[in-house]
Amino acid sequence: MALRVGCASPPGRALENKTGAWRVFKPVFEPEKCSKCGMCAMVCPEGCVRETEEGTFEPDLDYCKGCGICEEVCPKKSIRMEKEEK
Amino acid sequence: MAEVEQGCELLSAGHRACGGCGPALAARLLLKATGKNVIIAAATGCMEVFSTPYPETAWGVPWIHSLFENNAAVASGIEASLKKQGRSEKVVCIGGDGSTLDIGVLCISGAFERGHDITYICYDNEAYMNTGIQRSGATPYGASTTTSPAGKCSLGNQHQKKDMPRILAAHGAPYVATASIAYPNDFVQKVERAINTPGPCYIQVHTPCCTGWGFESGETLSMAKLAIETGLWVNYEMVDGEVVKAKKVMRKPVEEYLAKQKRFRHLFKPTRQDGVIANIQAIADANAERFGIDIKRKGSSE
Amino acid sequence: MLEFMEGSHAVAEIVKRCRPQVIAAYPITPQTHIVEDLAQMVANCELDAEYITVESEFSALSACLGASAAGSRVYSATTSQGLALMFEVCFNAAGMRQPIVMTIANRSLGAPLSIWNDQQDSISLRDSGWLQFYAEDNQEAADLHMIAYKVCEDHDILLPAFVCFDGFILSHTYEPVALPTQEEVDAYLPAFNPYQRLDAEAPLSFGMYATPEYYTEFRYEIDQAQYRAKEAFVKAGREFGEQFGRDYSALVEGYRLDDADTALVAMGSICGTAKDAVDEMRDAGKKVGLLNIRMFRPFPAPEIADALKGVSTVAVLDKNISLGSGGAVGTEVKAALSGSNQAVYDYIIALGGRDVRKRDIAAVVDLAEKGKGDMFYGLRTEVL
Ligand SMILES: Cc1ncc(C[n+]2csc(CCOP(=O)(O)OP(=O)(O)O)c2C)c(N)n1
Ligand code: SF4
Ligand code: SF4
Ligand code: SF4
Ligand SMILES: [Mg+2]
Repeated sequence: MALRVGCASPPGRALENKTGAWRVFKPVFEPEKCSKCGMCAMVCPEGCVRETEEGTFEPDLDYCKGCGICEEVCPKKSIRMEKEEK
Repeated sequence: MAEVEQGCELLSAGHRACGGCGPALAARLLLKATGKNVIIAAATGCMEVFSTPYPETAWGVPWIHSLFENNAAVASGIEASLKKQGRSEKVVCIGGDGSTLDIGVLCISGAFERGHDITYICYDNEAYMNTGIQRSGATPYGASTTTSPAGKCSLGNQHQKKDMPRILAAHGAPYVATASIAYPNDFVQKVERAINTPGPCYIQVHTPCCTGWGFESGETLSMAKLAIETGLWVNYEMVDGEVVKAKKVMRKPVEEYLAKQKRFRHLFKPTRQDGVIANIQAIADANAERFGIDIKRKGSSE
Repeated sequence: MLEFMEGSHAVAEIVKRCRPQVIAAYPITPQTHIVEDLAQMVANCELDAEYITVESEFSALSACLGASAAGSRVYSATTSQGLALMFEVCFNAAGMRQPIVMTIANRSLGAPLSIWNDQQDSISLRDSGWLQFYAEDNQEAADLHMIAYKVCEDHDILLPAFVCFDGFILSHTYEPVALPTQEEVDAYLPAFNPYQRLDAEAPLSFGMYATPEYYTEFRYEIDQAQYRAKEAFVKAGREFGEQFGRDYSALVEGYRLDDADTALVAMGSICGTAKDAVDEMRDAGKKVGLLNIRMFRPFPAPEIADALKGVSTVAVLDKNISLGSGGAVGTEVKAALSGSNQAVYDYIIALGGRDVRKRDIAAVVDLAEKGKGDMFYGLRTEVL
């Protein structure tokens, strides 16, 4: 592919980098406890927490780095971190 | 409160920030506030590096990086160009504390004095992280960094944080604010206010860095919150040079914040440095006094 | 119609007619008259541009970079210490492929501090990726700006350019200059059509960083664009000649070189004195000629070798010095002629405003013909 003049690039290409591979711990969301406050999605530095059809939330494990911020902020303790099985 | 716009992540995943990176969250929140009609002028630093290795950009809005210290000047040119073309994009600078408080001051001062219609966001992680945790003008007193290391005859950084908000307010900036990623909605609202205020506006957002400060990646927001709860960081707004609002707290002792971070560990081990801790407490007390943030306990007379 | 005017004013008048949309510049002697004139034109509504009164040259070029990336034709001017302060932005603007045109009113670099002319400033940025053109007189200085915009903005080139003219010697000197009308300039130079720009409708990330997998290739592409600029310059210079009667299609221009044994090689206003000196030497029966290098970046090595192929001795006049090595032009001319059996000598001359007279040029030719060179010419040994 030809280089873009001036080291420029259109959006979207970062998605090619699947940062989920970095994970040591993974967040496990328990929708039953979820109050649908949306805090986890708001504060994830990867922006990889998605709302489900039911209005609860789930992480996109292709990109989730397992940082644990969502677990820390969840007011309902509905997220727990588990060691990643690889 | 769910302000998440589905399918509208203007800062896309796949960027290379450390897990739990405070600045990465700030960048996401920034774009939530600006929406698509914006042009970002970025400075060299962690955020630039983790988000734009060619060709994998994480930015879904027009974005330009030139150098470490010139984003305010680049933005001045962009703003002038847009004005000439009659275009409507908002111009927003983003730079780290090193870029903003140290090496970029000349360009920022010039841009603010000339009154360009730009918003400058400094993400403050309190050191030069991209080059390996060296001190900056925003590194707090007592913190150990790789260029202000604690040692036998040093207790870490000897200087207090430079008061950049006041410096820019003194330039006549109509709106200056501090914010913290611990309060995402507040930050988003401040950005919205800044970009909709004509003239040069400034926001310094506290963005803890787990790697540089030495704490667990999951604690990024709780660390930011503790900074506020101890009075070491104050969220406030200045309009036309006057402080109009500051977040009030029931203050906790600074120790609760310091003891959780590796960069202050030398204040507790091998021997407790009561003098330094007292000095840091005095900084928090002075902040509380200046901004009037203390929530008075019931029954206390004064 | 020829009008008698100051060189800086001629440049400002032409720049105005090139319709820059954003101007950012910081005053420094001897560039000041240009930017003052432009400021007055904006103040008088003769020029519809945003004029950013930056706080430094570093910001001047940074602002130009931003405005250019946002889609405006931009202009700046500087010299000497100002250009040195821009060093970092210069490399950046070229790497980001922004077609910025900047006038350099050439001046020496301190220390010691000197406001007077030589070409150390622009020469010191020869590796930055900027095209570099040198004017012999004020007419050429003015004209080269139109050509520069045309070449830089060509989508096959996309590089910034210095239009260099000697500080004071040209910038502050009154000469007759023909100024084209606005309509004529518009006919020659189309409105700016950015190759890509910062635009919320079609977002792009500009100035990303390159890993070792890509860096070399980006640098290669800039280098290739430099070489393509030769052709673009020849074309733009020829078109200029067709429209205005002054042809600039030559990257290097010979003067009485045809049957010459010895050739002087020089850049900028010194060529005027050198031509007069050549005439006198010719009158005295010496077979001497001159090669004026109009374009220093890209360096027209084959064109130089071709123009000089008939001469046996070459004397390069270098108004700069790469300290610890020699004059920059001389070094590159030597490389261009390597493999030939021509004798090439370099003379460091006219530094920091030292006057050069016809007899100095004749003396240089004498030295070269005696095989003496690679030296400072006219050192005042009595003060050493
Ligand atoms: C002129 C210049 N000097 C030094 C550097 C090296 N450098 C790159 S980023 C950086 C530190 C950035 O610190 P900051 O602005 O706080 O951003 P952070 O990396 O902490 O996010 C330094 C010193 C540079 N790129 N350019
Ligand atoms: S663990 Fe971190 S990266 Fe993963 S979803 Fe939670 S906040 Fe996002
Ligand atoms: S933070 Fe917890 S309660 Fe709130 S939406 Fe996320 S999972 Fe549900
Ligand atoms: S070092 Fe700190 S600021 Fe830089 S990417 Fe890592 S967490 Fe973010
Ligand atoms: Mg920093």
